[in-house]
Amino acid sequence: MGQLQNFTKGFVKDNPVFVLLLGLCPALGVTTSAFNGLGMGLATTFVLVSSNIVVSLIKDLIPTKVRIPSFIVVIASFVTITDLVMEAYVPALYDSLGLFIPLIVVNCLVMGRAEAFASKNDTWSAIVDGMGMGLGFAFALTMLGGLREILGAGELFGWSLFAGDGMLVFVLAPGAFIGLGYLVALNNIVKKKLD
Amino acid sequence: MEYIVIIIGAVFVNNIVLAQFLGICPYLGVSARVSTSIGMSGAVMFVMTLATLVTFLIFNYILIPFNIEYLQTISYILVVASLVQMVEIILKKVSPALYQALGIFLPLIVTNCAILGVTILAVREDFGFNLLEGVVFAIGNALGFALTIILFAGIREHLELMDVPKGMRGAPAALVVAGILALAFMGFANLV
Repeated sequence: MGQLQNFTKGFVKDNPVFVLLLGLCPALGVTTSAFNGLGMGLATTFVLVSSNIVVSLIKDLIPTKVRIPSFIVVIASFVTITDLVMEAYVPALYDSLGLFIPLIVVNCLVMGRAEAFASKNDTWSAIVDGMGMGLGFAFALTMLGGLREILGAGELFGWSLFAGDGMLVFVLAPGAFIGLGYLVALNNIVKKKLD
Repeated sequence: MEYIVIIIGAVFVNNIVLAQFLGICPYLGVSARVSTSIGMSGAVMFVMTLATLVTFLIFNYILIPFNIEYLQTISYILVVASLVQMVEIILKKVSPALYQALGIFLPLIVTNCAILGVTILAVREDFGFNLLEGVVFAIGNALGFALTIILFAGIREHLELMDVPKGMRGAPAALVVAGILALAFMGFANLV
């Protein structure tokens, strides 16, 4: 597989949220606005790329039996770094993402790529894979956040699109599930068209 | 009375799945049958209560005295992972029947963010829980998880027989159903 394909597979074909249904907790929990979705997506991308690099570098050093705990420690260290950096430099975003920043550590997407890809490939491919999957995740979260923000508040990235209040239910919990349901259906149709 | 309020709050008002979006992976993944969702709920309740008990003690008697609260994430995930492993080994020896019932769900629980989420929430300063309240909080959340996943599995068993539009089959329809359930649970807001 070429590096370009390796990179672009995360957007539609193997999109972590829409197709693989991984990392749904943050995808539903933080996407009350497009900006929050993008912020969470980029934070996850950072953790994913960094842990992919380290895992692909140490893959020959760790015995197979203890690989899962070792990966967890690597991932948890990068999550702690992200947590502290975000608290210091983007406190507003940090507050609105809240609990979901430490929970990146149990995001099945990060663990899944470490186990399925980074532990079997060279560092360069692992970086490209992490970037592709991470940005695909950010793309999905921004789409869902944008959809909920437009329908729920009549805004996009904080800019007012139309007057009035919008449907509040899309900002609240039910809107997350319903919005994601329709986006997954849309992605199924687009994927079929592309094939 | 206080404990009842904590449990009602965790089960209905701030439901862990439908209001806080934790544990969505098992919620969608093992909810195809009612029987498997009951097994998963049992495993979650077991591990969640134990993990909250252990991490609560670690946070208050190790991390805080040594001023190393920033190690919370790393230490918690290790506690959860080793606890699951330990529970698996003990269960296999002590109660093979229960191990048969919960066995396949236990490894899945390590990456269940509901467990880590509840253990982190239980030591939040704004709640100010003591040890017993923290454990009751964990039991309440596990009950909330059980209630929603069993309800959801029941609906999904019926959904399989329905004529769903092609693009909506499988995950999309399940997500919309979860949305409607969340809408129903919003009726409990301001209950406590």
